[in-house]
Amino acid sequence: MALDRWIALIILVMSAGYAYTAFFAMDGSLAPFMRNNPIWPSTFPKILSVMAIFGAVVILLGFEKGSDAPKTGEIDYRRLTDYKLGQAIVLLTLMVAYALLLRPVGFLAATVGFLVAGSLILGERRLHILIPVALIASGGIWYLVQEVLGIFLRPWPFFMGV
Amino acid sequence: MLEGLLIGLATAFSLTNILMVIGGCLIGTFIGMLPGLGPMSIIAIMIPVAISIGDPSAALILLAGVYYGAIFGGSTSSILINAPGVASTVASSFDGYPLARQGKAGKALTVAAISSFAGGTIGAILLMIFAPALSSVALLFGSPEYFALMVVGLSAIAAFAGTGQVTKALLMTLVGLMLATIGEGVLFNMPRFTFGIMDLQSGLGFITLAMAMFALPEAIYLVLDPSRSKTEDGGGEIKDLRINRAEAKQIAPVIGRQSIQGFLIGVLPGAGATIASFLGYAVERNIASKDEQAQFGKGSLKGLAAPESANNAACTGSFVPLLTLGIPGSGTTAILLGALIALNVSPGPRLMIDEPQIFWAVIISMYLGNVVLLILNLPLIPYIAKVLLVPRTFLIPFILFFTMMGAYIGQNNATELLILVGLGVCATILRFADYPLAPLLIGFILGPMLENNFSRSMNLYDGVGFVVERPMTLGLLVIAALLVILPSYRARRARLRAEGVADGD
Repeated sequence: MALDRWIALIILVMSAGYAYTAFFAMDGSLAPFMRNNPIWPSTFPKILSVMAIFGAVVILLGFEKGSDAPKTGEIDYRRLTDYKLGQAIVLLTLMVAYALLLRPVGFLAATVGFLVAGSLILGERRLHILIPVALIASGGIWYLVQEVLGIFLRPWPFFMGV
Repeated sequence: MLEGLLIGLATAFSLTNILMVIGGCLIGTFIGMLPGLGPMSIIAIMIPVAISIGDPSAALILLAGVYYGAIFGGSTSSILINAPGVASTVASSFDGYPLARQGKAGKALTVAAISSFAGGTIGAILLMIFAPALSSVALLFGSPEYFALMVVGLSAIAAFAGTGQVTKALLMTLVGLMLATIGEGVLFNMPRFTFGIMDLQSGLGFITLAMAMFALPEAIYLVLDPSRSKTEDGGGEIKDLRINRAEAKQIAPVIGRQSIQGFLIGVLPGAGATIASFLGYAVERNIASKDEQAQFGKGSLKGLAAPESANNAACTGSFVPLLTLGIPGSGTTAILLGALIALNVSPGPRLMIDEPQIFWAVIISMYLGNVVLLILNLPLIPYIAKVLLVPRTFLIPFILFFTMMGAYIGQNNATELLILVGLGVCATILRFADYPLAPLLIGFILGPMLENNFSRSMNLYDGVGFVVERPMTLGLLVIAALLVILPSYRARRARLRAEGVADGD
């Protein structure tokens, strides 16, 4: 089965769950006086879920013929290992690490670390350019966001005050 | 009117006010380039500055300048790195980014600047002439019509976004609409589909989803396939800044049409620049010739000019209900309304009579603001476009960092970053399977508006009776249905015919 039909199957399952919630689970908590309204919080989700299930089934059963050949310039997922899959996964992991470390380590250290590590993963070795660029960029963005725009971004690790 | 115009001219061309326009446009453009800070947040940030000026016309001129600047700045990041930071510039990335990848970033930015300028200027002229009359027409649009208008917008996008696969595009729109129902709705004070998770209480963030749908998959693609980073010309040199005569001829009618259409949509309270840009794109694609239609989504100048002129014209249009009725048509104008009230000006039908200097000065400053934006931006374009010449080892980490900053600044919540990565991976897989991602995001953006107007109409008419009782609603819904059915029907007929030919052989 082609990837797009697998995805249709996943969307179908999710829509079924969504439909179950909309049709059977949500209305229980509705206040009695609201039951007289022509529209309930679940009305719109009900319509959406029915339409989504219908759409997903159409794709799953292959009623709509699409072109099978991969388009030029797009990535062919059947040969995913021919691409730099490792780099992509490591970079995504790095983003997760950044998300988890941003608060405890502080904006400046986390950002410099992210930018340097990201470039290193991609094969950059000119550290004498890389580190100053990362430092200036993180400092500049921090200054712009916190000092100029007044949006709080904790610059230092948690044990250094603010 | 002439008297008011003269008062406006005198006010707008005072030295302070000219400086306000220039300052506002500059601030708006530069901050607007950061994905994650849209016009709404920038204006909110600038309000204390504007109020401290004291003079209401100067303050409003400054804020209006920030507004257009931010819209223009937002299109820069969607064209260059496919990271639309503002909902109304999402449509600009459909063709702007492919142009940038073909080494025509300079040309794309020039087209964007010129279309924005034209859209804004035409919008200002229309505003001046029609503001009083339009305010009464806008009131004819009730919730049922808005609902139907949005259904038209969504089906138009679904019909044109899919590469001949309308069902996929429709399904993506529905997924977007379903994602939009997560969290606490405006009309019902109860959380829906949050699974008891507190972080989902306020729903998914628009910026997070926009970054996850566009910027992140693109960055992942750049990592997976290094040859994508090179522009197709090979040299990576930025050339073709100028638009030639043939291209100018090609985009001029688009700009004209979309400026007017965008303005009219902008006038409707609640519609605004986002719908104007999507509808503008869809309409232009629909009426283009077959060859040109194939270009849409792959770097069509028309496809870039349409949303750019429409969204700027709509921004100007959204001032009509604000200034004439005191009804803000969008989040941004709502913040402007707040600023006006803080400055002791009450917008409404009396504004034009009681304080003509404010009303007309703002309109005159719109011309000025558009000229300033054009003068500021055209010479800067070669430098802005150089962003793309940065080596990929530096560019990719920075794109990833900016997408994360966009998601983080708005919410100040690190969980948002995890959601971003998760959704980004899902979006990449969807892209592998050739599912169009734009309809999902558009469904998400229009979802709450669609549901609110639907619910309001249901309440007003005690059921779905509004569809038949309001002819305009019915008409719009019929158009929406046709938009979805026609392309599938046409594709089916073409396929059958092709098979028939094969049989004949």
